[in-house]
Amino acid sequence: METLVEVLEKQSELNEAVQPRLISISIAGKRYAVPEGLTILKALEYAGYRLVRGVGCRGGFCGACATVYRVADDYRLKIGLACQTMIEENMYLTQIPFYPAQKATYDLRALRPAGDVFIRFYPEILRCLQCNTCRKVCPQDLDVMRYIAAAQRGEVDRVADLSFDCLQCGLCASRCPAEIAHYHVAQLGRRLYGRYRQPLAAHLSRRLAEITEGQFDDELSRLQRMSRQELESLYAQREIEPEETTPAKKDED
Amino acid sequence: MPYPECMHASLLAVEATRARRLKETMPRMSLAAKQQVLESFHPDYRAESFRPLAVGPNRGDRVPHELADLLEARSRIDPAMFDVTRIDYDTDVLILGGGGAGTAAALTAAEQGVRVLLATKLRWGDSNTIMAQGGIQAADKENDSPAQHYLDLVGGGGFVNIPELARALVTDAPAIIRWLEELGVMFDKEPDGTMRTVHGGGTSRRRMHSCRDYTGMEIMRVLRDEARNRGIQVLEFSPAVELLLDESGQCAGAILCDLETEEFFVVRARSTIIATGGMGRLHVQGFPTTNHYGATADGIVLAYRAGARLVFMDTVQYHPTGVAYPEQILGQLVTEKVRGLGAQLLNVEGEQFVNELETRDLVSAAIIRECTQRNRGVVTPTGMLGVWLDTPMIDIKRGPGTTARALPAMVRQYKRYGIDITSEPILVYPTQHYQNGGILINERAETSIPGLYVAGEASGGVHGRNRLMGNSLLDILVFGRRAGQTAARAALQTRLGALTLRHVEQYHHALAATGSLNGLIAPMILPDYTSPASKIRRQGGIPIG
Repeated sequence: METLVEVLEKQSELNEAVQPRLISISIAGKRYAVPEGLTILKALEYAGYRLVRGVGCRGGFCGACATVYRVADDYRLKIGLACQTMIEENMYLTQIPFYPAQKATYDLRALRPAGDVFIRFYPEILRCLQCNTCRKVCPQDLDVMRYIAAAQRGEVDRVADLSFDCLQCGLCASRCPAEIAHYHVAQLGRRLYGRYRQPLAAHLSRRLAEITEGQFDDELSRLQRMSRQELESLYAQREIEPEETTPAKKDED
Repeated sequence: MPYPECMHASLLAVEATRARRLKETMPRMSLAAKQQVLESFHPDYRAESFRPLAVGPNRGDRVPHELADLLEARSRIDPAMFDVTRIDYDTDVLILGGGGAGTAAALTAAEQGVRVLLATKLRWGDSNTIMAQGGIQAADKENDSPAQHYLDLVGGGGFVNIPELARALVTDAPAIIRWLEELGVMFDKEPDGTMRTVHGGGTSRRRMHSCRDYTGMEIMRVLRDEARNRGIQVLEFSPAVELLLDESGQCAGAILCDLETEEFFVVRARSTIIATGGMGRLHVQGFPTTNHYGATADGIVLAYRAGARLVFMDTVQYHPTGVAYPEQILGQLVTEKVRGLGAQLLNVEGEQFVNELETRDLVSAAIIRECTQRNRGVVTPTGMLGVWLDTPMIDIKRGPGTTARALPAMVRQYKRYGIDITSEPILVYPTQHYQNGGILINERAETSIPGLYVAGEASGGVHGRNRLMGNSLLDILVFGRRAGQTAARAALQTRLGALTLRHVEQYHHALAATGSLNGLIAPMILPDYTSPASKIRRQGGIPIG
């Protein structure tokens, strides 16, 4: 039988045997030849960049590697997350490692989830020109302009739902002619929704009361003192709650 | 079809077995059978991948070579030259790390009315927390209890979890969920507020709470927003490179490095919390990793040099389902929620080979067995091996639209490569995911060094030798809160003497005396992924700065 390391070694030999084609890209104005099939992030590293800014989770979740680029003979600016976007021949790359944006500070406990709450903290949303650039640059394909419109009307639910997948990369703010920091507006909307529009879980309140009353203390102390054998036998006898297979209820729109 | 031709026959086999598999569940393994598979196929059991530490409190304990290399390296600071009397920042509580554990600690410490300074290596929030998709466990449903959670936790951990830590985790869990609700975290709920919960690997109750498949990101961005509202002071791009002790041996702060100016700054602190996360980016045994760019075990290195004890550092969690195809996202995480929702694991013939909801260590070992000993893996054009994770089963079992609603991040990720996970399965292989062990703490997040506290993945003991899904987001918040509380209270009573780096000097001497001092410098701070050609061209010069 092959060990795992042997399998991995064989794979890396195979990888080396396949010589990838080199393509030409431009990073911040300088030319580099890099193997095709890389993401922008890996291409930057291949070219010798040891990244400090403009890199984060490398998995499309943190928004640190927001990138602006264009390709030869095309005036249009394109955007993407460097860790998720593939390089193309004659790509002209740059990263946006930091872009300033003002965040309002507030005490969530003192707010109401309606009316002019968004306008109060972010009056600049009324300056929206409806150019839709925010939507076009969003690497998550969110309908940014639509949630800003909802924020103008105080529609917390809509702001929260439409902005949920926001990574706060800031590309929207970087391109907005009205100087709106959309992603901060969205954050306020989601917190208002989570705090005020979704009811607290009643089963959780009951459990918290039981814990305060010390209802599980004896059982936990018993478990803590058990020998390994006793725990093993208890574990082996666990009844496993069946998986839920009925389709979950549809979300309210 | 987005998959290359060499994989088509196997894809057809997957489709052909679906109707039958809808009715079939793989039986779970007995503890004895499980142990046998782990010992034969889990990477933790490959003796040649470990070596005993030469110095320090864990001398003689085996750890992965990649970590031993860092623990036998020299400091970035020359303790004989460095002036620790020039104090740049003075604070009550210093928190190292700006992920979920650090930010929860900062909020909690600030509630106590003390001065808080949070320093983090990259941007605030860039962390493994933000990448945790699947969910957070808490026993808050009627058919569940903290005791049931405890049993799942220690069973999953190999029955070696530290009981006090395990108890703290399960008992605090419901209060953590309530804290998050009140901060405005958008959990997946029914209209009446009931949590929509699912299973994770190794759970006996459906207690996984989620925020679609952005659970960690949603929690992180809310905590960070709240900390910004409270005006907590934060230094970004400022990793710690060494801890400072005072003459009496208590922890008294840290030396930070500004990554842009490459200047060192001295922070004096009455309490110091390490919340720097794990070691995924060390690529133990050559595995790819799901981890954040900054997961380089910095906190472990610092604490160990200062004399803190480590536990379970010989065990690493390999997430069973890392991406095996396409190549561009190799090793990235496919959340366990996918299996929680009903997707099955299949070999090249489209057959199940393990119950997909067994614990992570066992599922990983079973996949490795299927691909190596049994030779029933799927081979990709670049020679990677993998098994199928049959995602279309989710909508088949739970109704059309479930996948799109429950896994938007994943649908988006695969769409970028032309794969529609609602109609096509995906190829997976284990990937390095989590540091099961870490710096030993007690239930108050205290270490063996006075004034030094640890929370989150950098700490060890609560998960034993294998962590369950959903217990990590819980861990960072439970022990982040506990560390913040303990550190703030202690700070009010602490008096510090003169700062010193004598522990670093002594550590260097011990390494030299045992002949184990290598040519490396630690902590690593950031991994180097530049091409081999680029590395060669950089050699021979002195780094700028």
